Amino acid sequence: MAEKENIARNTPRRQLRDDAVKGLLRFMTFGSVDDGKSTLLGRLLYDTGVLFGDQLAKLQSGSQRFGAAEIDLDFSLSLDGLEAEREQKITIDVAYRYFATRRRKFIVADAPGHEQSTRNMATAASNVDLAIILVDAEKGLLPQTRRHAYIASLLGVRKMVLAVNKMDRVRYKQSVFEAIRDGFMAVAGCLEVDDVKAVPVSALKGDNIMHSSPHMGWYTGPSLLDLLETIPVEQDLDGPMRMPVQRVVRPDQTFHGYAGTIVQGAVRPGDSIVAVPSGQTTAISRIVTFDGDLDHAVAGQAVTLVLERKTDISRGDVIAAAADAPEQADQFAVHVVWLNEEPLYPGRPYHVKIGNCTLTGQITELKHRIDMNSLDQLAAPHLDINEIGYGTLGLNRAIPFEPYGKCRTLGGFIMIDRFTSATVGWGMINFALWRATTVPWQYLEINKAARADLNRQKPVVLWFTGLSGAGKSTVANAIAKRLHARGRRTYLLDGDNLRHGLNRDLGFRTEDRVENVRRVGEVAKLFVDAGLIVLASLISPFSSERLMVRDMLEADEFIEIFVEAPIEECERRDPKGLYARARAGEIRNFTGIDSPYEPPDNPELVLNTVDATPNELADRVFTLLEERGVI
Amino acid sequence: MSEHSYLRQLESESIYIFREVATEFRKPVMLFSAGKDSAVLLHLALKAFYPEKPPFPLLHIDTTWKFREMIAFRDRRARECGVDLLVHTNPEGVERGMNPFDHGSSLYTRVMETDALKQALDANGFDVVVGGARGDEEKSRAKERVFSLRSQAHRWDPKSQRPEFWHLFNTRLRAGETMRVFPLSNWTESDVWLYIQAENIPVVPLYFAAERPVIERDGVLFVVDDDRYPLVPGEAPVPRRVRFQTLGCYPLTAAVESNAETLEQVIQETIAVDSSERHGRLIDYDPTSSFERMKQDGYF
Repeated sequence: MAEKENIARNTPRRQLRDDAVKGLLRFMTFGSVDDGKSTLLGRLLYDTGVLFGDQLAKLQSGSQRFGAAEIDLDFSLSLDGLEAEREQKITIDVAYRYFATRRRKFIVADAPGHEQSTRNMATAASNVDLAIILVDAEKGLLPQTRRHAYIASLLGVRKMVLAVNKMDRVRYKQSVFEAIRDGFMAVAGCLEVDDVKAVPVSALKGDNIMHSSPHMGWYTGPSLLDLLETIPVEQDLDGPMRMPVQRVVRPDQTFHGYAGTIVQGAVRPGDSIVAVPSGQTTAISRIVTFDGDLDHAVAGQAVTLVLERKTDISRGDVIAAAADAPEQADQFAVHVVWLNEEPLYPGRPYHVKIGNCTLTGQITELKHRIDMNSLDQLAAPHLDINEIGYGTLGLNRAIPFEPYGKCRTLGGFIMIDRFTSATVGWGMINFALWRATTVPWQYLEINKAARADLNRQKPVVLWFTGLSGAGKSTVANAIAKRLHARGRRTYLLDGDNLRHGLNRDLGFRTEDRVENVRRVGEVAKLFVDAGLIVLASLISPFSSERLMVRDMLEADEFIEIFVEAPIEECERRDPKGLYARARAGEIRNFTGIDSPYEPPDNPELVLNTVDATPNELADRVFTLLEERGVI
Repeated sequence: MSEHSYLRQLESESIYIFREVATEFRKPVMLFSAGKDSAVLLHLALKAFYPEKPPFPLLHIDTTWKFREMIAFRDRRARECGVDLLVHTNPEGVERGMNPFDHGSSLYTRVMETDALKQALDANGFDVVVGGARGDEEKSRAKERVFSLRSQAHRWDPKSQRPEFWHLFNTRLRAGETMRVFPLSNWTESDVWLYIQAENIPVVPLYFAAERPVIERDGVLFVVDDDRYPLVPGEAPVPRRVRFQTLGCYPLTAAVESNAETLEQVIQETIAVDSSERHGRLIDYDPTSSFERMKQDGYF
């Protein structure tokens, strides 16, 4: 095999002229250190000549064994090697390694550590085309292998290579390999995988890694590296053209273009396109790049498109083939991987970034979570860190999308905490639940402004938040009475009262509290629309949900009033005897006792109920309402 | 280059990153060290925004000990490309006469590079800084994100890094936080050289072999770039054919003997050489994990 000879240890260094045409493959490895994951990676880097002398020396000094014939480089030494990781006994989720042969450049996303956490595997999986599933030939197919294959397919990896490692330890027996291979193929048959290959290897001895093994004459297939070099990588060239607009380019009056990366299909000047969501159609007039105008461009290329007619397009919109535009929706069935210590609660809003859009959204419903050991679907009131759930994503407006399986860019999203700005979740769209276009908004002639006018008042929500017993309802009552006496139309939404009806199905766990506030917020919004001054009195302990209600309303319609009293005072008052019962352990998840209260950072008003009477406090609220022109 | 080649893919990804920076942040800046990675970075920035000019200035931290050819190259490239260039030197360091000989490489680097960078960022209120670091340079680089968060004090906290999913970069900052962005994260040293060749990108001539005045200390070759280099009695620069694999402050940058005078020859040599590139940067070889510590401290 002359071809093989060329890929000898030194050859990549001589293959420069081919670099301009070779492609790129990103892959990851599933398996534990015990399966030989580090050894395999070390072997690939060593055989392809990536390890430099000084790096090798560093590794050797830390490795237990190293010989010319046996490579046992402990790659955890190089990949888990940050001082911060050693000190804190943590591993940082993913490290990237690079190597190249004459045919391809490879980027290895390595999720290090003995146990791969779901979070780390998900991060790596989102960035790869292919997964190597590593199995120890001595141990055979373990539940862990099934789990790895399932997770890889769930996370959208459609190509897999089963590497049955440590063949040297089973005397290179064909039957061992075939039993594992057949078992795995049966597993893979039930998964969404396009392409599965199996290869028997010994990473330690180098069998079937780069070269065909002299010990396994019975195996006539390609070596692992041959597979990695030749497995086709999808370019998304076939589908209809899609380009999410990243940036509107307008240096002066003479030029107006849209910069972005084509994520699917191909485009030529003259092609008819449609801008989504505006729906306007026109044609491509130019494909502009620094290297001159192109006569065509394909998926993967970053270009700037100039259109024939002026079109309403901004960042996040999609320029698509006119004949086949993407659907738009605001409700989706999704898988979510949760990455954050603070759990995911259905209904809690987050920033959601998808394509080039950042908007507000929430998981409105969790159908189940997937147990990572049994792969069972379990009921899930919330998602903890490293859990994968299936549910509904709701966004605050419709966006163009594709299922993740078809297009990573238009079907993958991250969730960002609105307070810490941390990336707390990652998800994949399976399909749209509700096509926004099928239920258009009905235009109503008698609207909020008309009703407010008739009532001669500016509708607002006075949102009273604070501990149980702080005096929210007392103050709200006093204000409602005075407003009523002045002929103002009001409605008081009392948290306790609503729990007898609208919210009778909700308890006091965090997920219930989130939903409780969401419902009251929606009702308050309807009543504001009806032209009323709404007084909402409920503990509403979390900043997230109060912000959610603020966001539901227009800018000056939400007035947050923090009714403040120290917990000791509230407990002393204990008007409903609830603190006593909570202390006695009869009531669980009681705010201030065993459930947190997050005071508002910037409320419109703070009312301290210790030093003032309800009437004095009502005066202060009235002053504010007058200042704001509500009354 | 074919549109399917991996260099084109790397190029497109870097362009995407540049566009994301310019669109999502308030006040970006790009570090320009005049080295080969900077040269590639500038080229990619020109491509990303064409027909606009890159919508941010270049920033060079001048330690006063850079090679003269680097300074000349820096000024020439900024002029040719029509981009603004900011140069900052730590005035306190100049006042104290900081140099790598009397103050040691780590103190010198902290004052003249790290502190200077923080001063320039704070003074100008930049919220994002683009740099040319690559994942293959050093192990802490391999673990750093493309969009890498810095605290108010410019510190890097490796354990609170945001996980990065396929092209979905979280660009949100809280008050006082800033971002470092590395469009060349997935490029290797060979990729950079091959791209320079394919795109005909100008680089500073120090990368090519020429006869230069060299002294040898503990087996390491240094080029004496001006008469500030303190020679010990009996020591005299000798002309030798050398070039550089990496460029920094001249007293801290080791030269290698070489006859590679053309790009072609440099590439042959780069890919065949049995030493990783940061080996030529002496600051990394202080205590274990020094590079990681410098980064935590705010070094780029």
